[in-house]
Amino acid sequence: MTLFLEQLLNGLQFGVMLFLLAAGLTLIFGIMGVINLAHGSIYMVGAYAGTWVAMQTGSFFLGIPAALAAAALVGAAIEFLIVRRLYKRDHLDQVLATFALILIFNQVVTLLFGRQPLFVSIPPLLDGSVQLLPGLPYPVYRLAIIVVGLLIAVGLYLLINKTRIGMLVRAGSTNREMVRALGVDVRVLYTIVFGLGALLAGLAGMMAGPILAVQVGMGEQILITTFVVVVIGGVGSIRGAFVASLLLGVVDTMLRAYLPSMLRHVMVGPEADALGAGIASMGIYLLMALVLLIRPKGLFASNF
Amino acid sequence: MLRRTFLALAASAMAAFPALAQDPVKIGLITTLSGPGGYIGQDIRDAFQLAIDMEGGKLGGVPVDVKVEDDALKPGQGKQIAEKMLSNDGVKLFTGIVFSNVAGATVPDIVDAGAFYISPNAAPSNMAGKECNENYFVVSWQNDSLHESAGQLAQNLGYKTAFVLAPNYQAGKDAITGFKRYFKGEIVGETYTSLDQTDFAAEMAQIRAAKPEVVFQFHPGGLGIAFLRQYEQAGLLSTVPMVLAEPSMDAVTLKAIGDAAVGLNISSHWNADFDNAANKNFMEAWMKAYNRMPTYYASQSYDTALAIASALKATGGNMDDADAFRDAMRKADFESVRGKFKFGVNQHPIQDWYHLKVEKGEDGKPVIKTVGDVFKDHGDAYADQCKM
Repeated sequence: MTLFLEQLLNGLQFGVMLFLLAAGLTLIFGIMGVINLAHGSIYMVGAYAGTWVAMQTGSFFLGIPAALAAAALVGAAIEFLIVRRLYKRDHLDQVLATFALILIFNQVVTLLFGRQPLFVSIPPLLDGSVQLLPGLPYPVYRLAIIVVGLLIAVGLYLLINKTRIGMLVRAGSTNREMVRALGVDVRVLYTIVFGLGALLAGLAGMMAGPILAVQVGMGEQILITTFVVVVIGGVGSIRGAFVASLLLGVVDTMLRAYLPSMLRHVMVGPEADALGAGIASMGIYLLMALVLLIRPKGLFASNF
Repeated sequence: MLRRTFLALAASAMAAFPALAQDPVKIGLITTLSGPGGYIGQDIRDAFQLAIDMEGGKLGGVPVDVKVEDDALKPGQGKQIAEKMLSNDGVKLFTGIVFSNVAGATVPDIVDAGAFYISPNAAPSNMAGKECNENYFVVSWQNDSLHESAGQLAQNLGYKTAFVLAPNYQAGKDAITGFKRYFKGEIVGETYTSLDQTDFAAEMAQIRAAKPEVVFQFHPGGLGIAFLRQYEQAGLLSTVPMVLAEPSMDAVTLKAIGDAAVGLNISSHWNADFDNAANKNFMEAWMKAYNRMPTYYASQSYDTALAIASALKATGGNMDDADAFRDAMRKADFESVRGKFKFGVNQHPIQDWYHLKVEKGEDGKPVIKTVGDVFKDHGDAYADQCKM
């Protein structure tokens, strides 16, 4: 039972990380209609900037503003210099341009930091683990990620539903032309949304730093899963992204943890393990197919 | 018009050049330079170049021209590069591939075209047995040996139960098969992770629940770093000891893990502290040129360059006589940085394996020390199936 709870927490933690990336991606996709493959690169930029500052200053917490600033700046710059020219083009052009950005970012980071991964330790404040229940120790840092992720989700909910910017974002995602016709400067709005999405990606990158290796190409590893989240949640919907991220995080973790042992009841050991691992890695895509079958536009299609 | 004349002049000047000096032997170095495995390819490339630089641009007294290309860990890309180098550049000698899946797609094309492939790293099991080829040499090891030695090490250390983990791909399966071939205790858990997985929290919980005496895991490059860090963060490093094969604990991984790695047991065929002349020579030149600790990948690539150098020296750099080059390669007439080295019948190495341990060095930083033997003159399990 405690093992099940621990896996549930692991799934939640993976889910909120996905949410931080998916929130930006779904806004950019939903509001501007741009497929931004470079979102993973922004995640990498955040991770590198934050980790580098943390290594130089010896303080993890100084790394956080650095990661946020770097990611938001890079995001806004990408929007201003490149993506802005692509709104009117079709998706193929957008994919080409943002894919080029992935290659460029990877090479630039390689030139600046080299190919060897960077590392930052968990800050002493968040190091170690706490006993949640008897026999259930859980790393404090991972708990902190869950808490931060949930806080961000609440913050985004308030931002989107209670503020003027949020209102424009909502309006923009349902009817772009009408917002423009009403005299709103959509270009500024777009840059802000892009920057906000990038900021969240940067935060995810920074938080991932102490757990994963900060390395070139780290963004692409998580990008595909993030797109799956966006599709399941419904393009343009923050609420959808939130539900889908947590769902996906938990489903993926549970499949990986339990499918092989369940298969072992009906098959021989090693084959069950290999097959289980295979199906588990397909799991999220099967889930996506299933959701699309029932709700072709995703769980929460563009209604906030 | 003027430009065209100039080009023609330049071309004729180029054409005249080979008559004066020997044509450099072209070597195609296809390796993984981008992505998480990028540092491995970097060490392979740098070590190969180091051997050439130490001879002043030559290998075995023969000038060489190394063409480096990045396969980006994509089998299809490796294959394409090889085809291009074979048909456009007329390259007859290849090396460099890091990952088994890339090698599996690329090497057959190379050897079928009559060219040579000398592996500095990947050596999947199928190509050591039934599909062995007379133009395919492996200087590193057969994949299984890495993990056979880890299995024997866990056995020597007296562990009775083990939990094993590896990514779900050919080399991962080879790893677990290899470990189980020599570890006689009980396997209480066997888990295949995904090759693009970076978060291992679910696996950590499973290990804790299974309570094994020892954990064996194989995760090359960045994966291994993430795995070990999370193993430590989950509080497992202090409770369940780990036995590793060398791909899971190279110089880069060690730097990343830091003090937490102290006490880990590793099986390896090479270590930076080996006390032989060739290794001292290599370490000195490497530190001078690059000023970072070499990974064992670097040592293998350096050995590969030396092996090629020995064959080029014997043939005078004539790559047109494939039989002569092959015979010269088989002799393995070079001073390996790992000490003893010879090729078995399937042209894979027969060599010694050692027990390494991570200890605190004199400057307080963790270092990998050689503490004992695991195997003597160890070949591989597939040599018998190879009919050449």
